[in-house]
Amino acid sequence: MLVEGVRAYGLIAGMWLRAGMTYRASFAATLVGNLVMTGLDFVAILLMFSQVDSLGGWSLPEVALLYGLSVTSFGIADLVLGSMDVLGARMRDGSFDTLLVRPAPVLAQVGADRFAPRRLGRIVQGAVVLGWALVSVDVDWSVPKVLLVPVMVVSGAAIFSAVFVAGAAFQIFAQDAAEVQNAFTYGGTTLLQYPPSVFGKDLVRGATFLVPLAFVNWVPVCHLLGRPYPVGLPPWVSFASPLVAVACCVPAGLAWRAALRAYRSTGS
Amino acid sequence: MDTNGRVGAVDPFIELDGVEKVFEVRRKTGFMRRERHRVRAVDSISFAVARGEMVGYIGPNGAGKSTTIKMLTGILTPSAGRLRVAGIEPSRERTRLAHRIGVVFGQRTTLWWDLPLIDSYRLMHRMYRIPDARYRENLDRLVELLELGSLLDVPVRQLSLGQRMRGDIVAALLHDPEVLYLDEPTIGLDVVSKAKVREFLRQLNAERATTVLLTTHDLQDIEQLCSRVMVIDHGRLVYDGALAGLHESGESERTLVVDLARELPPIDAPPPARVVRVEGPRQWLAFPASESAAGLVARIAAEYPLVDLSVREPDIEAVIAKMLHGDSHGKEVGRPVP
Ligand SMILES: Nc1ncnc2c1ncn2[C@@H]1O[C@H](COP(=O)(O)OP(=O)(O)OP(=O)(O)O)[C@@H](O)[C@H]1O
Ligand SMILES: [Mg+2]
Repeated sequence: MLVEGVRAYGLIAGMWLRAGMTYRASFAATLVGNLVMTGLDFVAILLMFSQVDSLGGWSLPEVALLYGLSVTSFGIADLVLGSMDVLGARMRDGSFDTLLVRPAPVLAQVGADRFAPRRLGRIVQGAVVLGWALVSVDVDWSVPKVLLVPVMVVSGAAIFSAVFVAGAAFQIFAQDAAEVQNAFTYGGTTLLQYPPSVFGKDLVRGATFLVPLAFVNWVPVCHLLGRPYPVGLPPWVSFASPLVAVACCVPAGLAWRAALRAYRSTGS
Repeated sequence: MDTNGRVGAVDPFIELDGVEKVFEVRRKTGFMRRERHRVRAVDSISFAVARGEMVGYIGPNGAGKSTTIKMLTGILTPSAGRLRVAGIEPSRERTRLAHRIGVVFGQRTTLWWDLPLIDSYRLMHRMYRIPDARYRENLDRLVELLELGSLLDVPVRQLSLGQRMRGDIVAALLHDPEVLYLDEPTIGLDVVSKAKVREFLRQLNAERATTVLLTTHDLQDIEQLCSRVMVIDHGRLVYDGALAGLHESGESERTLVVDLARELPPIDAPPPARVVRVEGPRQWLAFPASESAAGLVARIAAEYPLVDLSVREPDIEAVIAKMLHGDSHGKEVGRPVP
């Protein structure tokens, strides 16, 4: 199933890439445009730091670390599953039906739909900020701490992907609820660009336990920087991100399967 | 192939047993108030289709035809009943079944809208794991038969309806499916395109023994293609048998339109044929669909100054309506399903 999904994804994404590459100039332009657009969030942070020295007790490199991790993880999930938000439209016009009669996992077909390299813009931008933050931040680097960085990125991407998939499943159940999904995904990545200390306790708790976005960066970064956890958690959780990622992906996958069985198509 | 299925003399390739589909619909009945009610789109349907059969599936709008096809392809999960295609339960093993079926939705395309036709076919080639030689052979044959050669590099959205429909048929057949479902494949097509599609389907069924199930509102599709028809109404199967039997149970009539040299009183036709309308030199005569027009035509030609004539087939909705509302032949089932 997974192998089939990856294969189908590659086939469809490849087709869109080949189709898109025929307009090389516009490819470069959209990539740069996307880089600038998504980079504006970081510009906002820089502007804030031109007025203050710290944000909720966090320095600029520290916030940049959060930002870089959040944006890179989200960028990967968005690259892979970014077209989930057109699901609502596809269900309304009935074209979702046609995905179901093909011999490939629907998730792969939806994710790879209209695959465009411009989706790389966010990752590139996030990775640049992350790279700068990693060399600027004041951390006692050790082997586990170095390893924690890629683990965070991959787990974070998996957590965001699970949220995407769960949102997509919800869209099928609720017919059309793209806004709800976007609130969690796009809203989530913006939330995680800032230190937990600038938000109210309830929001942080929600982001930790309900939709465990906190494990994308807040919790492990607190470990890196030797800061207290945003909410009272045992010390070992700094390495729990992969477990949390699995714990998110499994129910999201099950919800997706249930949603496909409950899918009701359209009347015409 | 499938050894645990019931392969034998009967070999039911498609099997439905008491299949139902109920939709729960929520309707706004006022500010913040919603009313739920259930629509029984398919109501306890049972039938079997053997390998190589070509079956017409007809009925009025909203009867449940598309819903049935969606269950047969695994798009929709039945609310109740047992359904098997090639021994597979469609909604459970959709992807496995996909390799063995082809689907054409007249109302929407399965092709990639923004990409050239050939890109869709190339992708299907890989996605269905069609062996290279087979793919090339099928593509060449289908493209030639359906006259798509000059259109392969055209983006799907630029194709006309008839061209797109033919493009969709090619896509549905590249992987040599054992069964082809067609949901209104001739909708919106002109006479020439319809004829092309029909001729193609007839050939496909004859040469490759592909099982075909098609829905349509065009009786000619059925007349020219299907030896067997199933009629569904309000989600229930009300007729399953030969087309001729449907005409009988509906007591349907064909219409003979004659143009005479001049205005004349109504033609004195031998019963049960009778004049139903006169308009200047043109007269309309109704006669039983089960009878040949030849005798009637010969008689009129002998006695009247005949200039031109044409025969109109009964319209499918009229036949069904007559069948459904006719008193004695109401809910007759031509061939009871075991
Ligand atoms: N997704 C859906 N949600 C709610 N009701 C539906 C849905 N799909 C179909 N229905 C209802 O089920 C019934 C059967 O619909 P279906 O599309 O199967 O009819 P049909 O025989 O294909 O008609 P047509 O000839 O108009 O295509 C209709 O009353 C329709 O309103
Ligand atoms: Mg229909």
